[in-house]
Amino acid sequence: MRIEVQYRQEDPRAERVRQGIAASVGVQLPQLHIADVYLLEAASLPQDQVLAQVFTDPVAQELRIGGFPADGSLILEVGLKPGVTDTTGITAAQSLQLHGAVDPVVQTAVQYRIPADSVSGDQLAAVVAYLHNPLIQNARVAATDGDAAKLPQTIEPVPAADVPPVERVQLEGLDEQQLLALSRQRLLALSVPEMQAIQEHFADAAVKQDRVTAGIGAEATDVELEMLAQTWSEHCKHKIFAADVQYHDTVTGESSTIHGLFKSCIAAVTRRIADRHAAEGRDFLRSVFTDNAGVIAFNDDYDVCIKAETHNSPSALDPYGGAITGIVGVNRDILGTGMGARPILNTNVLCFGYPDTPDERVPQGLMHPNRVMHGVHHGIVDGGNQSGIPVVGGAFLFDNSYLGKPLVFCGTGGIMPRTLHGKPGWQKEILPGDFAVMVGGRIGKDGIHGATFSSEELSESSPTSAVQIGDPIIQKRMTEFLLDARDRGLYRSLTDNGAGGLSSSFGEMAEGVGGIYLNLDNCPLKYPGLAAWEIFVSESQERMSLAVQPENWEALANLAREYDVEVSHVGEFRNSGLIEIEHQGAQVCRLPLEFVHDGVPRMQIPAEWIPPRDVQDHQVLDRLTAAADLAHLQTATLTLLQDPVIASKEHLIRQYDHEVQGGSVVKPFTGPGMDGVSDGGVVQPLHESTQGISMTHGVCPRYSDIDTYAMAQCAVDEAYRAHIALGGDPDRAGALDNFCWPDPVLSDSTPDGPYKMAQLVRSCRGLYDICDAYNLPLVSGKDSMKNDARLAGRKVSVRPTLLVTLMGIVPDVTRCRNTDFQSDGDEIYLVGTTAAELGGSRLEAAYQEDRLALPGDAGQWRDLREQQNILYEYDAIQLGDCPRVDTGRAHERYLWVAEQLSCGLIATIHDLSDGGLAAALAEGCIGGRIGARIDLPGSQHPVIELFSESASRFVVTVPPEHRQEFAKAAAGRSDVLQLGTVTEEPLLRINSRLGELLFGLEQLQQAFFAMRSQDHE
Amino acid sequence: MSKQHSPTGAGEVQVGILYGHGINADRELGTAFQAAGGSVQRISVKHAVENPDVLDRIDILGFPGGFSFGDHLGSGLVLAQWIRTSLRPAIERLIDRGGLVLGICNGFQVLVKMGLLPNLDGDWNPSVSLVHNDSGRFIDTWVPVEWSSSSRSPWLQQLPAMMLPIRHGEGRFTAASEEVLQQVSDDCVALRYRENPNGSVDNIAGITDRTGRVLGLMPHPEAFIRMTQHPQWQRLQRAGADAGIFPTGLELFRNGIKAIHR
Repeated sequence: MRIEVQYRQEDPRAERVRQGIAASVGVQLPQLHIADVYLLEAASLPQDQVLAQVFTDPVAQELRIGGFPADGSLILEVGLKPGVTDTTGITAAQSLQLHGAVDPVVQTAVQYRIPADSVSGDQLAAVVAYLHNPLIQNARVAATDGDAAKLPQTIEPVPAADVPPVERVQLEGLDEQQLLALSRQRLLALSVPEMQAIQEHFADAAVKQDRVTAGIGAEATDVELEMLAQTWSEHCKHKIFAADVQYHDTVTGESSTIHGLFKSCIAAVTRRIADRHAAEGRDFLRSVFTDNAGVIAFNDDYDVCIKAETHNSPSALDPYGGAITGIVGVNRDILGTGMGARPILNTNVLCFGYPDTPDERVPQGLMHPNRVMHGVHHGIVDGGNQSGIPVVGGAFLFDNSYLGKPLVFCGTGGIMPRTLHGKPGWQKEILPGDFAVMVGGRIGKDGIHGATFSSEELSESSPTSAVQIGDPIIQKRMTEFLLDARDRGLYRSLTDNGAGGLSSSFGEMAEGVGGIYLNLDNCPLKYPGLAAWEIFVSESQERMSLAVQPENWEALANLAREYDVEVSHVGEFRNSGLIEIEHQGAQVCRLPLEFVHDGVPRMQIPAEWIPPRDVQDHQVLDRLTAAADLAHLQTATLTLLQDPVIASKEHLIRQYDHEVQGGSVVKPFTGPGMDGVSDGGVVQPLHESTQGISMTHGVCPRYSDIDTYAMAQCAVDEAYRAHIALGGDPDRAGALDNFCWPDPVLSDSTPDGPYKMAQLVRSCRGLYDICDAYNLPLVSGKDSMKNDARLAGRKVSVRPTLLVTLMGIVPDVTRCRNTDFQSDGDEIYLVGTTAAELGGSRLEAAYQEDRLALPGDAGQWRDLREQQNILYEYDAIQLGDCPRVDTGRAHERYLWVAEQLSCGLIATIHDLSDGGLAAALAEGCIGGRIGARIDLPGSQHPVIELFSESASRFVVTVPPEHRQEFAKAAAGRSDVLQLGTVTEEPLLRINSRLGELLFGLEQLQQAFFAMRSQDHE
Repeated sequence: MSKQHSPTGAGEVQVGILYGHGINADRELGTAFQAAGGSVQRISVKHAVENPDVLDRIDILGFPGGFSFGDHLGSGLVLAQWIRTSLRPAIERLIDRGGLVLGICNGFQVLVKMGLLPNLDGDWNPSVSLVHNDSGRFIDTWVPVEWSSSSRSPWLQQLPAMMLPIRHGEGRFTAASEEVLQQVSDDCVALRYRENPNGSVDNIAGITDRTGRVLGLMPHPEAFIRMTQHPQWQRLQRAGADAGIFPTGLELFRNGIKAIHR
């Protein structure tokens, strides 16, 4: 049966889609109409009247069984491909059951009607391409009314398929070429040495004998190869961070071998800080690096945890689905931390090519960045909002290097009881004999090879099966169930099912206890026909894996029924030292745990550091400062305010629910117009306590062009200074490092691997040094090391990007301060020191990207650009060195600022970042709907004073009544400089040594909110 | 009202908050009722549907915000049917004995779609709805609202105008006919937006039934029970507002608790 539902009056969704089509594919449709389509089948269906009740809002909608009559329109209908989980269909079936339907099955689709003859054939193809994602959806076009009858009238079944038999793979005797061919053909993403390690394992006499005795046979099965490929993937194993790196620095002459960057830099600095804590008798770090998220102490009763991940490759293929899955995936990490934490906040940092990139600059085969951005944004809106977890922090970042792969960082914070059933909440254990239990959604072919796929560069042949779509509602149900089961003590351990599916979750859990036995026949499937290896590695969403005490199994299963959640007992944990898997009565996997987890050969990677720029070369900067006049400074300021990186993204962020759960204290927006920017977010998780949690981040990929050591330090500094600005405790914060790198391994396709690897080494060293200086432990992290796309023979690689996400403790949220200037007469101070550090700045980007014309003789500049030895084609005009953090002085300054905030002397505080002082002052005025009168000190050229992005700086305002006390506290400090005062008059006046810059408040607003008016979806 | 309305006999008002199946603002709603002096129990939707008499042991029933059943098939529609099919008699008993019902955001959508609001004919026939915002977008912002001063609803006694957060994609209030709108305007409007954020007819942000015992609203008073939740709390603080006595959405919950005690 076919049912169509539409709104009686105008449907705003339709207008939004129409505008999106106009903006994204340039087709102006005179009209667009939307109807929801339901195809249903059941052994017995209720009466039509009841159907109307189930499917329509009687006040606003109307329904037609069989479909609405012909009206001359052209019809496009988009539905999910058979087998893709149709959650609306599942809900509809449940609803029908409530009204007595027997065995109902429902499929959904969306119908778009547009006037016939309103588009050409090419335009229609573009519209159809815009409206559906062929990876997961079907689009049907009925060109005329007569064709409407050809639209499906009933559900389309999943094509029946036999279960493919388990394949045995002969490895013996294969040479390097053959091994590599095997790896490629099966999408294993394993290297020759790794394939050889597997070959050797199966050639081992003892292994052979054991296998023959056990009846599985000497040859490797496809299940085993897939398990090894998932577990050994770069995505899961972080092989590059574990590699031996032969590092050579051409500047210092250092030649050394680094045995694992993770161990020697990231884990090492955290251990050092933990030792310091121990010596001081402090108790802050609970669980770091070992679990799905890092856990730190909140108060006597609760701990909090934080995790951030990327979902870049799936988002490149399917921006909407990739982003949703990214969010629900990292939510599960939190749910699977310790004995389970409740997610209380989300954060996301999204990196795209510029939304206004001309079409011809988008490499063939890639989606336009504007479309990627809107797809991802829509995914974050749906995924986050429906999960009931507020988005409290994040950013949109634009750079041409993200044209190939967008970067989609999703982070989640959670809270858990400090003690659960007499044991620490963060602790988990498994005993032999515990049941292996899968919770949540069923297994399908979705998301097969996700882990291995994201470990390779993106290309035209990237597998469509790698895409999975998460469903926040199914997961929400599972979350409530698991937290209830946790509080009742019904399981002993849990972890999430993410990349690699069961092979990864149970593989990890087995490591602690010493073995596992699984029977794949007990795993519930969405549809029959899955091969054993597919069941084992599928990344179908909304699933968790548990270890359950046998005596609790029945109680757990009963509780699951109450929550409408499926739980399946699929095996048991053992201390056999083996991963044993059975399928259809036969053993299909028998791998020693030790080989699975430790058998991967350590990579050897060369790294050579040759500074890419002469940072002492100030030719360009000197010419700029010589030529820049007052008019240029004026134009530059307004250009930077409308730079997509700096400009307000309020219209996008407001669509995120950033306040659900009711804890928000510092919101994304501030000021009387509620549209000023905040430095980060603060939430108060417990009603009864004014202690809060700060959520901030730092990311500065442009500095990577100069030196990743400085880039990493600036990223940490940015996150940490925002934490300080939000009133955070300088000694109670934990950071996460998320590396998104282009492939740094030397190969034919990556001849500059040693340089990119050296960049990685330097960023890790920068991270070590600054975390040590700031007493800031790294509590968790993740890396994504293949952010390259190769399309039509062209390689687009991301700028090395390190995202630092910080979660900290705010001792008293009533001391939090916002960024917007508040009141006439408040004094404005610059805290921090400014140097000529314009390299990598937004000002430099504006010249490079032709957003801003260079003053003076442009022809000369062009010549200069061409003489440069440039690394990236878009890396051109260079303004000297990037910011360098003086960690010692900065840390001392932060402690001082924190002290002034806790004393209540400061009215507002804003950290300086992109766009430097000019942007911060303008933002203070825009946020506060107020003016300011500023006198620049004049000791440097105003280009430097206004636009340099020197680290560790703030603009603070002090009310007149605290002026004296503040001056006393600042006495003797060379890094506290009075700049001027806040004025009622709505003008920003900046007195520089070149004369007075004058901006009307409205002029600033117009620039800052420019994206709002340009935006179409 | 006599004491039997608080069946525990301890004098504490019993508040039942539904949760599960995509509801997601249940905890903060519980916190608000607790802060107002109520004793809160969380009741899973499924448990309530299978055991309707759980409602006989509570005084106030709360439908929190969220995305019940993912808002598949339309916001609140599926949960509305579950409740209507299984709990209608229990809810009618609750109201008849002086109990109260509150629906916020998705909870309001549920009450409207199952016909309990505005329930003009007394037979739970849906006559108003909440549809997609005129922008076609989800929006999270704070808006100034005014409460109906003439309403007899126990929820609404002497509430000051205030800012409240809204967080919805489908909050545009609409009525089935002019006649319905007239009746709602005459008897049922609980609060209006001062600046219309979503295209709601007549700026309507929330309504009651004719008894005033059932209240539904799109804004989230439960997310404004502390001054520090207000988007301009620092400016208010600087202007001399006292966090201890600053009027917030908590007043609404206090009204509810007070009405049961009376």
